[in-house]
Amino acid sequence: MPVEVRVPTILRSYTSGEKVVTAEGSSLAAVVADLDGRYPGIGERLVDESGLRRFVNVYLNDEDVRFLDGLETPVADDDSITILPAVAGGRR
Amino acid sequence: MRYDSLLDSVGGTPLVGLPRLSPSPDVRLWAKLEDRNPTGSVKDRAALAMVDQAEKDGLLAPGATLLEPTSGNTGISLAMVAKQRGYRLVCVMPENTSAERTQLLHAWGAEVIYSPAAGGSNEAVRVAKGLAEENPDWVMLYQYGNEANARAHYETTGPELLRDLPTITHFVAGLGTTGTLMGAGRFLRGARPDIQVVAAEPRYGELVYGLRNLDEGFIPELYDETVLTSRFSVGPYDAVRRMRELMEVEGIFAGPSTGAILHAALGTARTAMKEGREADIAFIVCDGGWKYLSTGAYDGTLDSAEEALDGQLWA
Repeated sequence: MPVEVRVPTILRSYTSGEKVVTAEGSSLAAVVADLDGRYPGIGERLVDESGLRRFVNVYLNDEDVRFLDGLETPVADDDSITILPAVAGGRR
Repeated sequence: MRYDSLLDSVGGTPLVGLPRLSPSPDVRLWAKLEDRNPTGSVKDRAALAMVDQAEKDGLLAPGATLLEPTSGNTGISLAMVAKQRGYRLVCVMPENTSAERTQLLHAWGAEVIYSPAAGGSNEAVRVAKGLAEENPDWVMLYQYGNEANARAHYETTGPELLRDLPTITHFVAGLGTTGTLMGAGRFLRGARPDIQVVAAEPRYGELVYGLRNLDEGFIPELYDETVLTSRFSVGPYDAVRRMRELMEVEGIFAGPSTGAILHAALGTARTAMKEGREADIAFIVCDGGWKYLSTGAYDGTLDSAEEALDGQLWA
């Protein structure tokens, strides 16, 4: 069950510069584990023992997974996952 | 309607129905027109509340200097309040913001110090914090952590929405300082425990996320995720598409951040339709489109508009 994962600039050192990579898994945790298998080291930049790291936001089809089931969020074929660092953003 | 001064006219904005964009008579969309505030944005509420609170706390002597990291609307609102109350304002603004921003800030008498484009508002916050240390007599109101920002919405935006739309089921707004969502969201949840509070977070081009390491990330001190029920990331393509749709279908001329919010509101409406539930979905129109005319958001194809907005802080 391949899903597309968008990787932010800051983590592309793990993916040989690739912006979009493919991974597999039926939950977000499984996808992260699979990613770490393909790109060793990326997993611990995303999660620690308490779950998703504080400044890491992960979106499943544009919805923040913290408001779904977190790492247990089910992932289906052709879903799209976007990883972004938490920033202050724009025009406040 | 008569007011004693411009500042007295902040808030009390119209809530208008969107009969043509609403998907059915049972799932209704309502727009809270915050562009009707004195400087044309929702930020007038927070700016006024933060200055009022600082005065109450005895932080502002006559002629005091205010300092704020802001790439736009908050700076413009603060400049207007500062003008009325006799303060000086220094804004720290990322250099990749639209020309109108600088022109408006200067017109209202504010001074502008630029921060590097890479890193977006994170950098502006960092530069402003440094300036605050160098100038201990300046007062940084700091919209990202100032409780008066959220309180303004708890005390005004939230009650206005409930008064005008007692049957409200969903509240959708943009996630930036988080003040609108935290304040109005908390108030509405207190009155309507089942309400859905939905955040639309703008997704920018890569430059904006150009942190040197993840530990430099930023979460506004005001943010409390328990107030929200869901949070959507909306890119410039969808934001511009919805912004244009709002104008074409309902005649409302709004900026791109409102387009992002409408995108989340329509997604929410679709879900309500699927579940066969009645819904009254209120969302915030943050500002009008005037300040974004030069960005390319209103011209050409959606793809060209998306490209034009890519390197900019469009919301």
